Amino acid sequence: MTETAPKRPEFRNISALTDLPTYRLPPAGWVSILHRVSGALMFLLLPFIIWMFDMSVSSEISFAKFKYAFNVGLGFVPGWFMKLVALALIWAYLHHLIAGIRHLYMDVQHAVSKEFGRSSALVTLGLSIALTLVLGAKLFGLY
Amino acid sequence: MSVNFGSKRVVVGAHYGLRDWLAQRITAGLMALFTLLVLVQLAWGSGPIGYDKWAGIFSSQWMKALTFAIIVAMAYHVWVGVRDIWMDYIKPVGVRLGLQIFTMVWLVSCTGWAIQVLWRL
Repeated sequence: MTETAPKRPEFRNISALTDLPTYRLPPAGWVSILHRVSGALMFLLLPFIIWMFDMSVSSEISFAKFKYAFNVGLGFVPGWFMKLVALALIWAYLHHLIAGIRHLYMDVQHAVSKEFGRSSALVTLGLSIALTLVLGAKLFGLY
Repeated sequence: MSVNFGSKRVVVGAHYGLRDWLAQRITAGLMALFTLLVLVQLAWGSGPIGYDKWAGIFSSQWMKALTFAIIVAMAYHVWVGVRDIWMDYIKPVGVRLGLQIFTMVWLVSCTGWAIQVLWRL
């Protein structure tokens, strides 16, 4: 069998290291790539998330160990680092959730316009970062 | 049209189109509602949020059953999402298949652990 379709031109001159950092993404582009990054992060940290669920819910003793792990540390890992990882997860969850709601809203409303794409992307970024800061301040005991 | 079946079939790893697209949104909606439910139960009543309140949320059988359903929904959601990442960036079929197998094992293992935690409580 022979391929009859004409060969389409290929452009393989994009370097991930030298070209991608120079790309200037619009806000919707940032929401999109961060949706993917936050999802991948939660996927990789899934065992840690379930470990937290296990420790926090299983017994009074494991709950106390859970608190100790974040306030003092776990093995050679200091408590502040545990909190930092938890904060990364908090951001990832908030961004993924809010960007996901934006997706669903656009699907239902057919709200596909350049203006709405931009403004809703800015709201998504602003809201997720603001909520992360508020919860992060609580996590690190600032209030 | 070029031949794309038999030995010339394009191995993409998905081609389930609408079903996964819809499942991705339904599972997402379920998880969002579940988040709201847990937050409401946390905020319910007075007193500090300690072990009793936190574990109490997951102590009833209906909440365990619902949490189980959400864990399964999450596994499906993550499977579709992570598989999309591999399909977008990993072109060699062998490597992609390996990563997809890793993803399945990772998700099924985590799901089993989470279910054990749930019903041991």
